[in-house]
Amino acid sequence: MSFRQKIACVVLALVMGASLGANWLAPDGYARQYREVTDAAPSRTHWLGTDELGRDRFARVLYGTRISLLLAPAAALLSTLAAAVIGGLAGYLGGAWARLAMAVTDLFLSLPWLFLLITARALMPLNVSPLTSVAVTFLLLGTLGWTAAARVLCASAAALRKSDFVRQARAAGTSGTRLFWVHVAPNLKPVLYAQFWLSIPVFILSEANLGILGLGIAEPMPSWGSLLKELEGLVSVGEQPWKFVSLILLIVVVTSFQLLLSGQEEIAA
Amino acid sequence: MKREYKIPISQGIVLLALCLVSFFTQALAQGGELRFCLRTEPKTFDPLKVDDDASMAIRYLTGGVLVRINRQTQQLEPELAISSKVSNDGRTISFHLRSGILFSDGTPFSAEDVAYTIQQLMDPALHSPTGDALRSGTGNVETKIISPTQISIHFPAQVAGLDRLFDQVAILSEHSPKKEMAVLGPFMVVDYKPGASVLLKRNPNYWKKDAQGRQLPYLDSVELDIQANRDVEMLRFKRGELDLINSLDSEYFDKLATTSPQVAHDAGPSLDSEQLWFNQVAKAPIPGYKKDWFRSTNFRQAISEAINREDLSRVVYHGHAQPAIGPVSPANKFWFNSNLKPQSYSPETALKALQSDGFRMENGTLKDKGGNAVVFSIITNAGNKARERMAVLIQDDLQKIGIHVNVVTLDFPSLIERMTQSFDYEAILLGLTNVDLDPDSEMNVWLSSSENHQWNPQQKTPDTAWEAEIDRLMREQASSSDANKRKAAFDRVQEIAVEQQPFIFLINKNALSAVSTSVHGAAPVILSPQTYWNAEWLTVSAK
Repeated sequence: MSFRQKIACVVLALVMGASLGANWLAPDGYARQYREVTDAAPSRTHWLGTDELGRDRFARVLYGTRISLLLAPAAALLSTLAAAVIGGLAGYLGGAWARLAMAVTDLFLSLPWLFLLITARALMPLNVSPLTSVAVTFLLLGTLGWTAAARVLCASAAALRKSDFVRQARAAGTSGTRLFWVHVAPNLKPVLYAQFWLSIPVFILSEANLGILGLGIAEPMPSWGSLLKELEGLVSVGEQPWKFVSLILLIVVVTSFQLLLSGQEEIAA
Repeated sequence: MKREYKIPISQGIVLLALCLVSFFTQALAQGGELRFCLRTEPKTFDPLKVDDDASMAIRYLTGGVLVRINRQTQQLEPELAISSKVSNDGRTISFHLRSGILFSDGTPFSAEDVAYTIQQLMDPALHSPTGDALRSGTGNVETKIISPTQISIHFPAQVAGLDRLFDQVAILSEHSPKKEMAVLGPFMVVDYKPGASVLLKRNPNYWKKDAQGRQLPYLDSVELDIQANRDVEMLRFKRGELDLINSLDSEYFDKLATTSPQVAHDAGPSLDSEQLWFNQVAKAPIPGYKKDWFRSTNFRQAISEAINREDLSRVVYHGHAQPAIGPVSPANKFWFNSNLKPQSYSPETALKALQSDGFRMENGTLKDKGGNAVVFSIITNAGNKARERMAVLIQDDLQKIGIHVNVVTLDFPSLIERMTQSFDYEAILLGLTNVDLDPDSEMNVWLSSSENHQWNPQQKTPDTAWEAEIDRLMREQASSSDANKRKAAFDRVQEIAVEQQPFIFLINKNALSAVSTSVHGAAPVILSPQTYWNAEWLTVSAK
């Protein structure tokens, strides 16, 4: 692990630690409205000021970070597993299976994601608790976000299928299932890791995009998406710089993930 | 005796200054280009087919009308017609027209043009929204040309507020080869770049003159840039590229008022309201026990009483809104029922009212007689920050009486589909934009048979006694030409609306606008179009 990656790990651990300790660091919670001090500047009682409804921004950043950081990896895991099954098997089996799987993947890739998510959100039952909306949002992202990874895995599995050691194993009479699980799947692991790490910032940003459109996680629960909405209409950085905390945090976290990812890519190479 | 006329030096300076001011005022009073934004592409340039805000703006600036509602005084004033008279039975209106008026292409204006316009307007094949407002009973609208300057129009049945409806009827030329492009208003369309802009130039034949006999409008042209993005609109205004902004959001208004207070205008409460309503449709796919809550007057009143409207105005609109009293904004001076009391905020009273209906509090959660926790969703349109914030404040207010609200933001088409087709919703938070002062324009909301009777539309017969009474009163006011009788009937409608709370009226937004200091003669008002209602009198000085 390089020095940069160690720094990235420390940053992620700190951010994750702070978000997990939100109950102690911000005991008043993310939903309490101080209606007499709305849109306030940072003070001793509200370290990052308050939002337009008088809610403590520090608390909302901590809780929002917890949600985004816990659920984006969960969605990434789901999408990577789906990509592994669809892309990996398609690449390993080859022929008509690969063509069919890639046709489905291409179809998914060509679909307008944003509109799909908006439609899916509109079809959902209305009476879902904010916590359920969090789960559903990331489940949707995970279920729809496997396609790019599936193409990469399909290509990698196809290359492995044609490799000398797999041919040798097949010539030695190894069965298809054993060949996949023992010889192909372990060699796909580095690609899978890379795809997993790559997906996390993508899902964080996707949720943020949905949140900006008001279609993400339900109020009053915060997420980075809903926190970034505050930046709408700001015309200069100097106007209310404390509002940029959520954006800075997003950049720091995504960059840290990218640094870790570059390490995984080196391993995969 | 010789009388000496000596002017002291100080008085001379004052006189000279006055002369200079007069000279520059004369210079200012001519020319210039006014620039502002249309937020959508105009759907049509045909004034009879207008149905959207952008087309309405163009019609207002280019169309000549027989009578005009003065946006400041809210009174009807003569325009192309010197006088108008509505018959006692409310079925006939007679106009005495001005003579010697020409359309922008030089074609003369006469009663024949008015008859032609009415004939086109009332053609069912045209589907004119303006014509629909004038439709009454079965049968044809008949026009009778008495002389080139006199015409009477006869309707098959009474049309309430008939004369005021002609504020929207732009007169077309029967004989001009340009048809709807030949106009009688102060400006005419000379260029249209789809997706970019519409350019209007001064109508050289406009009939109106100022006190000094100079022909109006003062402006040379009006450029309307098509720009949906409010942030961009605001930035361009700050850079001096735009002269006006209508319907400003309170957030933008405050920012502008802080940096340039002289350009930010708050004209007070507008006619627009924001309201919440519960689904009372019998066939709605929601649980029966929820339908029972929503159909209970006590329940609706308790919800109304538990909402802190002062906070909605203060927190969400930064004080640029007033807590709503009832269905009519106090800005509607004649039709507002001044006997109505402001809605009180009292969670304790609300809880007591619910308890009298069999609801009980258990561990901080309100439960009904059947033990069902009181949970419902409020949907509103995604992207409307003010509504999203109001919904969250209401969520917090209702939590205090043990009611759990789920706030759902949906894209507008999905929301409308649930509201009008599937009825798959529990409560909706939306606004009502009123462009007309007369209650007749609200017939489509209050009549139980109407499609826009949002809480329970298209009823074959009124479901409740109070809806039947509202139906009766609305028809009564529509069929009377006596303003006082109409007012009495509509006052009662407002009282019933407040008693029954089918719509829980939340706030009346203030009419906020921005007018550049380079624009002279602007007097923003609450009625649309707020800032350029007197466009022919405006001047723009060099920036």
